[in-house]
This record gives sequence, C-alpha cells and structure tokens, in this order.
Amino acid sequence: MDLTYTEEEEEFRARLRQWLGQVLPGLGPKPDPNDWPGRRTYDMGWQRRLYEAGYAGLHWPVDAGGKGATPTQHLIFLEETERAGAPYVGANFVGLLHAGPTIAAEGTPEQKRKWLPPILSGDEVWCQGFSEPDAGSDLAALRTKAVRDGDEYVITGSKIWTSHAEVADWCELLVRTDPISDTVPKHRGISWLAMPMDAPGVTIRPLRTLAGSTEFAEMFLDEVRVPVANRVGAENDGWRVTMVTLSFERGTAFVGEVVACRRTLIALATEARKNGRWDDPSLRRKLALLSAEFAALWRLTQWNVSESEATGGVPGIGGSVFKLRYSHARQELYDTAAEVLGAGALDLDHEWVLDRLSSLSYTIAAGTSQIQQNIIAERILGLPKGR
Amino acid sequence: MHFQLTDDQRALQSGMRELLAGRFDRDALRAAVDATVDAPGTLDRRLWRELGDAGFFALRLPEDEGGVGLGLPEAVLLFEEAGRALLPGPLIATHLAAGVVKGAADGSVVVTQSDGALIEWYEASDAVAGEAVAEGAAVPVRSVDPLTPLHRLHEPATTSDPLVGLLTAAEQLGSAARTTEMAVQYARERQQFGAPIGSFQAVKHLCAQMLARTELARAAVYAAAVTGDLADIAGAKLLADEAAVRCARDCLQVHGGMGFTWEADVHLHLKRAWVRKERWVSEATLTELLAELLVEVG
Ligand SMILES: Cc1cc2nc3c(=O)[nH]c(=O)nc-3n(C[C@H](O)[C@H](O)[C@H](O)COP(=O)(O)OP(=O)(O)OC[C@H]3O[C@@H](n4cnc5c(N)ncnc54)[C@H](O)[C@@H]3O)c2cc1C
Repeated sequence: MDLTYTEEEEEFRARLRQWLGQVLPGLGPKPDPNDWPGRRTYDMGWQRRLYEAGYAGLHWPVDAGGKGATPTQHLIFLEETERAGAPYVGANFVGLLHAGPTIAAEGTPEQKRKWLPPILSGDEVWCQGFSEPDAGSDLAALRTKAVRDGDEYVITGSKIWTSHAEVADWCELLVRTDPISDTVPKHRGISWLAMPMDAPGVTIRPLRTLAGSTEFAEMFLDEVRVPVANRVGAENDGWRVTMVTLSFERGTAFVGEVVACRRTLIALATEARKNGRWDDPSLRRKLALLSAEFAALWRLTQWNVSESEATGGVPGIGGSVFKLRYSHARQELYDTAAEVLGAGALDLDHEWVLDRLSSLSYTIAAGTSQIQQNIIAERILGLPKGR
Repeated sequence: MHFQLTDDQRALQSGMRELLAGRFDRDALRAAVDATVDAPGTLDRRLWRELGDAGFFALRLPEDEGGVGLGLPEAVLLFEEAGRALLPGPLIATHLAAGVVKGAADGSVVVTQSDGALIEWYEASDAVAGEAVAEGAAVPVRSVDPLTPLHRLHEPATTSDPLVGLLTAAEQLGSAARTTEMAVQYARERQQFGAPIGSFQAVKHLCAQMLARTELARAAVYAAAVTGDLADIAGAKLLADEAAVRCARDCLQVHGGMGFTWEADVHLHLKRAWVRKERWVSEATLTELLAELLVEVG
C-alpha cells in the first residue's frame, strides 16, 4: 500500500496546475442555471479548451481518441480541476462518463470514429434514455420497442427523467428488440442504440424538478427510425453493454464532487466561525464527522481507482459502496449547511440552499440507495436474492 | 386519566378536515403554488374570512367575547389539519392576535408577527403583532417555500411565545401524518420487479419508521397542548420538527424520481417543514433547555 504519487504523476499534476492557473481566470461568468442553451455553450466551451490543451478523454484508450492515461492520472485530473474551481462536466456528463466509455469499450472502429471525437472536442452532447415510466429501479423491464425494418429500427415508446434532453444531439437509448416471453427473460432482448435527437418522431416534454428548473425531461418516441448501424454491441446484448456504462457511472463519476464537498466543508466551518454558530459544540462535531467521512470517501476513491488499474480500467462493484455512502454524506453536508445558515437556509439566493435541494436526488438518481444496498448485500456479500 | 380525543374533539377535527377538503383541496393547493409565479405572496382573503367564520382564529376566545371558548387541545387539532393541507398564511399569528388586534378573530384582518430573524407574509398582512418593524427594516428573501413569502429583519425579534412553538408543532404533526399517508399509498400502487414496492422490506420499513415518528410526535404534541408546560412544548416541537422533515424526506425517497419533481406535492411539505423548523426557538436552545431541566430535577 502506497499513497505517494510517482514522479511522473507529480509532474503531470504540476503541468496541469500551471495550465489551470493560466486558463481559468479568462473564463466567462457562469450562465444562469435555467439558461440551457447558455449552459450548453459554457460546458462545451470548457470541453473545447480541454481538448485543445490535450486533456480531453485523458483516460480513454488511444484507439478511442483518448490519451491512454492511467486511472491515477485521471484521478489527479479530476482532483486538480475541481480544486482549482474549473467548470463541472455539466452537459458533457453522459458523453464523457457514460456513452463515450461504452462506445470506447464496445463499439466498432467505425462507430468510435464517428461518435467519440465530437464528444472529446465538445461538439456533441449526449443524453441517457434508459429509465421509463414503468422501468426505474427495475430497468430491465423497459418496454420501448424497436422493430427491424430493413437496415433500420422503428422505435416506439417513452422514456422519462432524461437529463439534458433539451440540449442533446444524441441519446444512448435502451430498447427492446426481443419481447419478454417464457423463453426470453427480461434481461435478454435489450439493445443499445445511438439515436439522433433530431430524428422525426422524437418529442421532448421538459419536467420541472423540485428546485423549479427543467433539469430533465420526458421523451416520447413515435416510430422513430434509427439505422441498425447505430447499434453498439450485438442485438439483444444491450443489458451487458449497459452494465459496463452503469459501472462507470457508479465508479468515477463523482470523484470531482468529493473534492468539492471537502471544499464546501471548509467554507461551512469558516462561515460558522463568522456568524457565531461555531460556538455550538454539536455543530462542530457534525462538521468534524463529515470531515472524516469525506476524507475517507476520497481514500476509498483512491482505493477503487488503484483496484481498477489492476483490472484493466473497468470500475468494480465497490462503486456501490462509494455511491451509497457518498450520496448520504452529501445530504448530511447540506443539512449541516442549513444549520450553519440558520434562517438563511430558507433563502434560495444562497448557493448552499440550491445545492441542498439538488442533493435530495442523490439517493435516487443512478440507482437508489435501496438498490445499492441490494447490490451490496447480494453481489458483494452473496446473501440470497430477494425480489 | 383518559388521554384520548373526546367525541367533540373528534367532530371538530373532522369538521376542519371537511372544510379544508372543500375549500383548499389539492387542486386549490396547486393553483396557489402556480399563482406564486406571477404574483408571489398573495393570500386568499375570502378563504381567510371563511376560516374566521368557522372559528379558526376565535377558537380560544371566551364566548362572551365572541369566541368559541375552546382550549389549546382543540387549537392543536385545527392546526394539525392546517398542516396536513399545507394551508398558507400567517395562521398562527392571526390566531394568537384574536382578541388583541381588531378584526383578527373574524378573519377580516390578516396579522403576522416577527419571529427571530424572519417574518412571514409581511406584505400580505394588515398588521404585525409583537415588536414593531421599522420602515425598510424588513428585506424580502427569495423563499425556499413557494407558499411562504419571507422577509428578513436586520434586528432579530426576541418575542418567543411558546404557543407559536406548540401550534407550529401541531402543523408539523399534520404534515408528517400526510407524507406518511402519501408514501404508503404510493408504495401500494407503484410496481417494480412485478410487485408493489411496498412489498420490499426496504420500502416497508421506511414507511413503518415514518408512522412511528409521527405517532410519537402526536403523543408529545397532544400532551403539551393539555399541560401547556414549557418543557413539554419544547420536546413536542423537537419531535414534530424531526417527524415532519424526516417523513417528507422518506416520502420523497419512496417516490423515487417522481419525488424529485415539482409536480409531486412532497417537496411542498418538505420546504414548509423547513420553514416551520426555523420558527420560535432554535433546536440548539431547546435541547439545552431540556438538558438543564434534567439537572435541575435531579
Ligand atoms: C435528478 C435525476 C436525474 C436522472 N437522470 C436520468 C437520465 O439522464 N437518464 C435516465 O435514464 N434516468 C435518469 N434518472 C432516473 C433514475 O435512474 C431513476 O429515478 C432511478 O433508477 C429510480 O427509478 P424510479 O424513479 O422509477 O423509482 P422506483 O424504481 O419506482 O423506486 C421507488 C422506490 O422503491 C424503491 N425500490 C424499488 N425497487 C426496490 C427493491 N427491489 N428493493 C428495495 N427497494 C426498491 C426505490 O429505492 C425507491 O425508494 C434520473 C433521476 C433523477 C432523480
């Protein structure tokens, strides 16, 4: 066990720091959270800069247009960009962290050439069309159907909770290509498709979150035609292809946020000292426990990354442990922020209040805490499967 | 001892529930929320008067002063119903002003009061009870709860009527009971993995904890209404705050993605519960008070 970084890694960190120091001050102001086109432009602009500086797709394999960096270098990248206050991946989340890595792992050379470069250069935004009204936790029960017609699929059904749907160019879509029957269990018969969002028959209806913004949407698909060539992986093998994506999501998607949470914690302590609430020992102890929690979550991340380095880059099941603890800790963090703010916790103009609202989705999105616990109990501990 | 609702109390409770079902049902709640987009902070004055006619504000005024002549336990039952329905407005301040501020008792006047650093419904109110608010001393805040407009005071008010704490606890109790019902109903209807989600122990146990929290808070709130004792009120407020906030959170969790939407009512309960938690005396002060009492009694 070794927590020191190699000389090469430290050099990488130093170069990155220097670059961030040069480029960040010149960045324009953040757009309004409800200005989606503005957010897209801002997020893509940042991706473009990363691309031009050679930091895009750092950990992606070279044949996917990436730099083939080690997971450790990627970790350093995420740590340093967050520490410097660089923009969050934002609208590029699905492209960089779900769809892209899936295509890189499972796509044909042609598919990689077509879809990966525009993700890295910040030209194309992806969204994730997995969940359906009746298939949330039970994702494999999805019913959106794709019927083969020559060299096209004709797709009909509906998706829900599609984040960034309004500004996306592509959707990583899960469809049923073989109906569930006595001989076809629900996990079989699913295929993974790349659907252009401007295809005829795609209708987007934005949904409002409890914070009042239209963060996600419903997506209605009415005989949408998608070329068979847009399928990644074999027909009916989409579930396995999807699991690759989901393990990415639960593995490294939140690394930057852990760093951000540690920063917030320090800001909370500073604010508490300023407004006098620091004198309350119970508040101090809560902050202290959170400090231990986030420090350990960072260590767990380092552990998981080192483990994935040994297993060839695919994050392991330990991602569920991280996801379970992290989403809870993040909610605690913002509940404690509310204690620090006192009456100010009711003021939407305070950044922490909005963050508190959005933290409420953390125990639901990307697999609920209950589902994470089932995964841990059944797949790590080997306890008998419930329903 | 017979620590149970009397028949009259039961009748009062169901009467209030019926009144609100007729005058402030879910559609009315959502319409009120939607209206805040264009006209934040508007209060339904007709409903306010109807509440006045029904004796909501004059409940505890003696009959010879034109009141209903009932006590705190009855008041707590009414405020519990108000909390269930998420009835908006400075209900507690106006109720406490009955007999003090002219027109409060019959609902022809809306009274708010300063409480700590905040003041609710400042612009919609006709009068401010308690410490006077100087011109320009109250600054509007973009309130987290769409149905509770807030102003911030430069000089925090120091009035701390325990009845504000008790009646707030009653509202919290009503909200906790309601989100528990909402969660249970959803857990019965929503199917995943070919079964109602309420059949999974993880969900079932969340619901069971919600009920336990609510019923414990109920016992504390009702008892505090009977005794009127400060320590009882402090304990009731702590437990009811916890019940309302926690139950709303668990209800949200049971609803999955749906719980995170604006369309679902659960966020309205959570946000109002946050607002009510800030009322009266802080959690830190209340727990310190109870700790002190332990030593004094010993
Ligand atoms: C902010 C946000 C963004 C999202 N973005 C996207 C996106 O871009 N693309 C996309 O495809 N999806 C997205 N989702 C959807 C998300 O993945 C689902 O909400 C999640 O998987 C839960 O599904 P559900 O909402 O249908 O809840 P349900 O599955 O109906 O769950 C309801 C409750 O039942 C519990 N439950 C269900 N099954 C079990 C079980 N077997 N054992 C114990 N408890 C159980 C759950 O834990 C939960 O408490 C997003 C969600 C949110 C909140």
